[in-house]
Amino acid sequence: MSSRAAILARVRRALADVPSDDDFPVARDYARAHVAEGVLELFVAHLRDYRAVVHEVAEDALPDAVAAAVERRGARTVVTPAGLPPAWTAGLAEGVCLADGWAYEQLYDNSINNRPTVADRADRADILTTSTLDTADGVLTAAAVGIAETGTIVLDAGPGQGRRALTLVPDWHLCVMRAADVVASVPQALERLDPGRPLTWISGPSATSDIELDRVEGVHGPRTLEVLIVR
Amino acid sequence: MTSPPTFLGMPPFPEAARSAVSNPQLRHNLRKATHTIRDKRAHVVGELSDWAELRAAGAAIKDRTLRRLDEYLLAAEAAVAAAGGTVHWAADAAEANRIVADLVRATGETEVVKVKSMVTQEIGLNEALAAEGIRAYETDLAELIVQLGDDLPSHILVPAIHRNRAEIREIFVREMAEWGVPAPPGLSDEPAALAEAARRHLRERFLSAKVAVSGANFLVAETGTLVVVESEGNGRMCLTLPETLISVVGIEKVVPTWADLEVFLQLLPRSSTGERMNPYTSMWTGVTPGDGPRDFHLVLLDNGRTDVLADTTGRQALRCIRCSACLNVCPVYERTGGHAYGSVYPGPIGAILVPQLRGVATGKVDPQTASLPYASSLCGACYEVCPVAIDIPEVLVHLREQVVEGGGHRAERAAMRAAEWVFDDAKRLRTVQRVAARSRRLLPRRAPGPGAAWSDSRALPEVPAQSFRDWWVRERGAPPARPPAAPAQPPVEKNRIEEDDR
Ligand code: SF4
Repeated sequence: MSSRAAILARVRRALADVPSDDDFPVARDYARAHVAEGVLELFVAHLRDYRAVVHEVAEDALPDAVAAAVERRGARTVVTPAGLPPAWTAGLAEGVCLADGWAYEQLYDNSINNRPTVADRADRADILTTSTLDTADGVLTAAAVGIAETGTIVLDAGPGQGRRALTLVPDWHLCVMRAADVVASVPQALERLDPGRPLTWISGPSATSDIELDRVEGVHGPRTLEVLIVR
Repeated sequence: MTSPPTFLGMPPFPEAARSAVSNPQLRHNLRKATHTIRDKRAHVVGELSDWAELRAAGAAIKDRTLRRLDEYLLAAEAAVAAAGGTVHWAADAAEANRIVADLVRATGETEVVKVKSMVTQEIGLNEALAAEGIRAYETDLAELIVQLGDDLPSHILVPAIHRNRAEIREIFVREMAEWGVPAPPGLSDEPAALAEAARRHLRERFLSAKVAVSGANFLVAETGTLVVVESEGNGRMCLTLPETLISVVGIEKVVPTWADLEVFLQLLPRSSTGERMNPYTSMWTGVTPGDGPRDFHLVLLDNGRTDVLADTTGRQALRCIRCSACLNVCPVYERTGGHAYGSVYPGPIGAILVPQLRGVATGKVDPQTASLPYASSLCGACYEVCPVAIDIPEVLVHLREQVVEGGGHRAERAAMRAAEWVFDDAKRLRTVQRVAARSRRLLPRRAPGPGAAWSDSRALPEVPAQSFRDWWVRERGAPPARPPAAPAQPPVEKNRIEEDDR
């Protein structure tokens, strides 16, 4: 007997006391959200709690805000994922942007049964290598969803977010979050997300408390998370 | 390379506990750590007015899953395969290790990077790979400290909780060069400097790794999605950069639906690190061309879990989401640390999970394992904090019954020593009793469900409120004798115990 069959048989034997039409109920009487007002303010407060750098900007001031952030950081090369609105980087000097051509949208039509066989990253000249990413000073991305109650930014490989390595290898992550994409709670965020996509939930910069429980920011992920919130 | 550490051959809990208790540095570290985390936990749990409802939903979702586990496993298998992953089934540790070793060998690689994972420690994967000429590099900072120090993890969440900064610095200076990039000259013992040394030590390894091994916190049956929660970003490195990813996942990690994550992603971080959310959570479904590994393998592991499932009282231990909250509130753990439990799963959850995984119901377990259900004063604090409401005291009592039925004199001796250890120090006793008095009213007077039959037939007064001593007196008719090996210990404060345990 294969281990698959053996394990399944053992599971069924172990559950001999459970009726075959068992439908164990789950009461869903927990809250869909814990706050209704001041969602954006809470989001900002929780991000700052994690020692992320947060700025709130108007839409038309975004290019200047991006340029100012890049200058403050002293970044000379910034990774920009496919699908990033060109206006966002309009204030940057020539040669600063390192464009990465990988786009989830071109690979899938969001149907799990329609998975294409696609040329891998090694075959694509417009995709940055990991060692190039490692030399970049930072990465600029959009975001899919923000969660106020937990101070979380979720990336879902959508336009302007790119593949997961982009926001992992460079030491500085500058993230543009639209106020309209900030929800109150984890349940509300999951409703908006597509599980078929690779998802990264980010709550502050990389951190560890492994040494005497002293919190240290920045171990392997970006050590600085900077968020531009567009009202 | 020094030979891999192992928990096998550990002395039974009471002996191991006694040596741990006499180490003041260890007790200081443990106390600071457990109290810090539990204060943070209480604060963030207090933020959610519906914690009780979330906790009940968490328990119910897990029970729902366990009661139809075969169906959910098949659904998960189908979903992972549809998304381009390959699913393997491993009946035991040896089979899981062989599957992983074969998969690594098929890539032509001899090195793997690892995300912190309890289950790969449970099966001794690193040692098994080493025997096949494959070197496994731990990448979580605490696991790195443990691995470089040729040591054993002592806490689920912070495995190097027993080490202070000076010891960590010394381990880094001495061992890093042997494993790769050496510690920088003049390394201080500041946590930031030590973390930076770890970053540099592992950076090159991440960027060049071809194969990674992980566990998972959750596996969504409906979608085939795997979830890993972490803090440092080493998990993201391992899950994203290599070409091949192998995830070893216990069969109890399944949850039915995507929406079920809304419960666990609220319960877990707050219970575990005492944060609103951990810094990084990764979710992936099969493979995504051009983003992350091109080969994904899921190894579904039994290794005793179906035995746990077969015990209608003990199966609730499979709800555990490994948050470690029960460790941080346990008065016994606080004094002994994790090593005394002799397993990768220490503390209250270890005391109920390990004996079951090792087959205590068969009556054929070693004295170390048989002593674990006694590593508790049954105070109930673990049940109170558990985010999936596992009634740990109920299961402990149930397992003591199994030990006594199957164990013979070895188990009796272990029990006796546990009694001596838990009750031979007046100060320790007072703490235990204080906690007990606070939480007792939250516990059921009668074991619910199928366990009720047992407690009824034995006419138990109040199951979880009962101390070991009560239990002993009821079972044996006389208070446990003190073994001659410990003449220097102060006498047991008999009256106080009886008074408080009435
Ligand atoms: S038994 Fe409960 S409290 Fe303990 S680690 Fe598991 S889920 Fe957490």
